Amino acid sequence: MKVMAGLYYSKDHEWVKVEGNKAYIGITDFAQSQLGDIVFVEQPEVDDSFEAGDDFGVVESVKAASDLYIPLSGTVVEVNEELADDPAKVNEDPYGSWMIAIEMTKEDELKNLLTPSDYEKVCDEEA
Amino acid sequence: MENSKKTPLFTVYEKHKGKLIDFGGWAMPVQFEGIIPEHEAVRSNAGLFDVSHMGEVEIKGKDALNFVQYLITNDASQMEKNQIIYSFMCYENGGVVDDLLVYKFEEDYFYLVINAGNIEKDYEWMLKQSTAYDVEVNNISNDVSELALQGPKAEKILQKLTETDLSQLQFFYLQRDVTIDGVNCLISRTGYTGEDGFEIYVNPSDAVQLWEKLLEVGQEDGLKPIGLGARDTLRFEAALPLYGHEINRDITPLEAGFGFAVKLKKEVDFLGKKALIEQKEAGLTRKLVGFEMKDRGIPRSDYEVYHQGEKIGFVTTGYFSPTLKRNIGLALIDAKYAELGNEVDILIRKKQVKAELISKTFYKKNYKK
Repeated sequence: MKVMAGLYYSKDHEWVKVEGNKAYIGITDFAQSQLGDIVFVEQPEVDDSFEAGDDFGVVESVKAASDLYIPLSGTVVEVNEELADDPAKVNEDPYGSWMIAIEMTKEDELKNLLTPSDYEKVCDEEA
Repeated sequence: MENSKKTPLFTVYEKHKGKLIDFGGWAMPVQFEGIIPEHEAVRSNAGLFDVSHMGEVEIKGKDALNFVQYLITNDASQMEKNQIIYSFMCYENGGVVDDLLVYKFEEDYFYLVINAGNIEKDYEWMLKQSTAYDVEVNNISNDVSELALQGPKAEKILQKLTETDLSQLQFFYLQRDVTIDGVNCLISRTGYTGEDGFEIYVNPSDAVQLWEKLLEVGQEDGLKPIGLGARDTLRFEAALPLYGHEINRDITPLEAGFGFAVKLKKEVDFLGKKALIEQKEAGLTRKLVGFEMKDRGIPRSDYEVYHQGEKIGFVTTGYFSPTLKRNIGLALIDAKYAELGNEVDILIRKKQVKAELISKTFYKKNYKK
């Protein structure tokens, strides 16, 4: 299971890439592999605001729908529209397929997230 | 999953990287490689399913035919030896106890194949109904394993392992004592995927050998092991009902549109006959319909269906269809809205999303007639 260096991770299997005050959020390789073939991603809209832990969207595999939980509080500034037409990209390239970008409102929440090596341990336990 | 029941093939799932789920108390593989590639393999080549969790009940004795006739909605009286029919077993009120396949071995010997989650319930129901008949009712589910080999290349693959001429076996007929890879089997030209194929019944101790051998000889023809996930998308595209979804104790076979397996003109009385005749005469108030999503969103079982703000029914099964590449579903709705082309709304996570009623023939079945 691929875990990328330089990213933050949540126990709910989201990854976070920080650029300045902006955070890109997607789901991990472990998550996409557990879900199987992804056929739909439901995303929020730009300007929607969330608190850490809120569900911000849904990812659906052939079999089931699963909520997406936002690991950081913030306001959506970009949505990856590409996934609406090609949700399978999340399977092919989970770390390239960010779902939303937010402007963080509580940057210190980053310290609640996992490092790549800690996240690897979470995956090992659940696998 | 530790307490779940396991089929004799449980040991081979790991080797083929099967992802396990609990299905009606059984630990079964939901997928191996992935639902979409597995679904496509069955439509274009062939797939191998472990369906050993299904139940088998023998009905033997002088009154076997009469008892089967009383138990089921279809008509077994015209069956030839070695023929199979699909049927429902109903409660007095017309609701469904289970759907099943009826195999006729001899005039006094039938074999009923029932759903895994219903084995105990069905068996008790059959025993309770059998008291006035001179029959023996045996639940032999634990003594039988079942593999399903499905897809356009199924015959070609199975033929490699047997001297029996499979081209002579017609759709919905069976043959007993067929030797496959040296193993004694009962085979039938049946299945639940919308494709040609076979169901193979063997002694549990022979199941692993047969599974491995079939995968080995079928590899060059694209044969793959298939999980329950693709089994469901395949049967759904072919508009074949699943117990607990399209039919259950609260939905009659007539409402679900499977009247072809309900012979109301059958001379003898059968369980549910009176209620079903009354329902038909009064006119159906609910109907099972097919629909396609017009807006984005995937319909799922139990999602509510609306028409101009009024709730008119619920989704029984819905998926992204791997063959059609569209989001489609089956729904049980108020009959007055059931016309093809009608627009309805599906409530997906608090939002009503547009759908259009279309024919339930999502996928044209590819049976060998």
